[in-house]
Amino acid sequence: MTGNRGSFSLTGRRAVTLRGRPELYTDYASDQALLNTPAKRTFTLVLVAALLVTPFLMERDLTTLLTTVFIYAIGAIGLNLVSGYAGQVSLGHAFFVGLGAYTAAFLGSEATSSLRGLGLEMWIWLPLAGLVPAVIGFLVAPIAARVRGLYLAILTLGLVFIGDHIFKEARTFTGGPGVGRRAAAPIVGGLDLSRRQEILGVTVEGANLFYLFCFALLVVMAIAARNLARSKSGRAFAAVRDRDIAAEVMGVPLTRTKVLAFTVSSFYAGICGGLLAITYGVIEPAAFNLLMSVDFLAMVLIGGVATISGSIAGAAFVVLLPRLVQTYATYIPGVSRGSTGGGILTVFQVQGLLFGVLIVAFIILEPRGMYGLWLRVRNYWKAWPFSY
Amino acid sequence: MDDLLTILIRGLAQGSVYALLAAGFVVIYRATDVVNFAQPALMVLGAYFTALFARTYDLPFPLAVLAAIVVVAMVGAVTERIALRPMVGEPPFSAAMVTIGLFLVLTIIANRLIGSNVLTVGDPWALDTAVFAGNVRMRVADGWRIALTAVAFAGVGLFLVRSRVGLAMRATSLDQEVALAQGVNVGRMFGLSWALAGGLAGLAGMMVGSGGMGVDNTTAFIALKALPVIILGGLDSLKGAYIGGLVIGVAEAFTRANSATLSGYVGANVDVVVPYVIMILVLMVRPYGLFGTPEVQRV
Repeated sequence: MTGNRGSFSLTGRRAVTLRGRPELYTDYASDQALLNTPAKRTFTLVLVAALLVTPFLMERDLTTLLTTVFIYAIGAIGLNLVSGYAGQVSLGHAFFVGLGAYTAAFLGSEATSSLRGLGLEMWIWLPLAGLVPAVIGFLVAPIAARVRGLYLAILTLGLVFIGDHIFKEARTFTGGPGVGRRAAAPIVGGLDLSRRQEILGVTVEGANLFYLFCFALLVVMAIAARNLARSKSGRAFAAVRDRDIAAEVMGVPLTRTKVLAFTVSSFYAGICGGLLAITYGVIEPAAFNLLMSVDFLAMVLIGGVATISGSIAGAAFVVLLPRLVQTYATYIPGVSRGSTGGGILTVFQVQGLLFGVLIVAFIILEPRGMYGLWLRVRNYWKAWPFSY
Repeated sequence: MDDLLTILIRGLAQGSVYALLAAGFVVIYRATDVVNFAQPALMVLGAYFTALFARTYDLPFPLAVLAAIVVVAMVGAVTERIALRPMVGEPPFSAAMVTIGLFLVLTIIANRLIGSNVLTVGDPWALDTAVFAGNVRMRVADGWRIALTAVAFAGVGLFLVRSRVGLAMRATSLDQEVALAQGVNVGRMFGLSWALAGGLAGLAGMMVGSGGMGVDNTTAFIALKALPVIILGGLDSLKGAYIGGLVIGVAEAFTRANSATLSGYVGANVDVVVPYVIMILVLMVRPYGLFGTPEVQRV
């Protein structure tokens, strides 16, 4: 430790850094820290502050759009835990999201003549919307753990189709195809998050309240996932992903690790589903189909495999892309607005094409996703003015 | 008994279409270790081109089918060259995800070509009529489906086992590097396997679009039933694809025939789920399907 002006700390409580060398660590704790560089700390603070202020400066529908980003991001983090970190590729994420949505709707909305409901408050139905899918994930996982790779991907695809069938047939819970049911009311302690409220003498729009709630939840769940990923279990995930036989030889319990990954992932999916239902308003069984699973996979792949911030970026990309296309499609010649029209392509076809092409292009050109793009930018400035 | 036979033939015909699609998956998987999720989109293109050549350009029907098969095979080969060739050596799942992206792109192109109407390929061989043997009812189209699929499987099987190119393709599927060292043009084998799978999908598309059935923008999703078929039969077994396809088709036909009785217990339209239930049940007993090769693990 010659040349180190700080004291060497065995306990690792005190991070020691040299002036001008912020990335020199002398203990494990600071190497493993969540925000390990001053730049990360500053940017995170600025970003959080900006996102806290944004809803009060934006149009209502943009606020709702950003809220949707946060909710999808929770689901994407869930899928990234099982598929990105643990390497168990799942095409069945939409099933667990749907399960969460209907659990929430059943628990959170009042019973009607044709639908069952318990009318509970959000602080009860939201955790349960995560726990019920988690339990189902826990039960399915041992079967899923028997197969690997592409067999697993197609097996989980079966879950989506079976779930679709159950959602369509369990009419007293889901309303059935083409009808659906209204989402649960987001009421916490008598406070309805979807209505305009007076809080401490300030009038706050319902959309903004729900935005802040989802943002807070995303931050908590993202940090939890990040912590899981750098814990012992998280390292077991990575070991199983990289080479499962080698992991088992080193003493990683294979089945238990896979089951844990599926369970946690399903929990995140369920929470995502419960909240997503609220932004949808009415939830229909057909919404939780294969395309939704593909959307989530695209979030993970475009954002960045095995990164939490990548999942959030991927969710933002997938949710915001259709809106961007809709806004700017009129400037592209040959594109007609609306579902029918005289142009070469409709807006929806352009959206779909762009989505498909981007998935292909990202995987071929930048397999690390948007997180990889960011790494390139960061490394450029780290080494500046030298290019290597 | 006669009812049973009628349903059985119906199921075998439906299963033949699944088997053809599944064969495309198997051919590509064996050569490149990729599951091609874009296969259903190629099938829809097959139906479109058959209709285009047979109805718009008035070609004789067999010729139209052949032309459609060639066009879709070329689409397959070009797709492989553009999108899948750069993925050689990447993890199989990344490549599979590329094919999901291709599925989205190709489906949109196919739907744009077809438009919002239901497309039929016409009725060239009196496909819509039914013949009776005693009380057993069989549609002419179903006879063609069963026969053409059997011929296609025999053809592909013979091609892989007997021909020089087939030998090179099997060598590639066993070990790419060794095949390269033996002078096999591995890249060309990849393209060829995609072309072969495209041709099979084109033929399946003709079958789906004929005989009282049409193709619209939801057909591609129905064709995903080839996925439980290949898992049931094993990802790398042509025999598995054929038998798996027939099993799934027959199981589906019998569930549909009894759906009135079943709906009281498990709800309507169970036949949509049956392939997946069978798949999961089989995987619990045999994780690599009925005829798939178990992966040997070495540390």
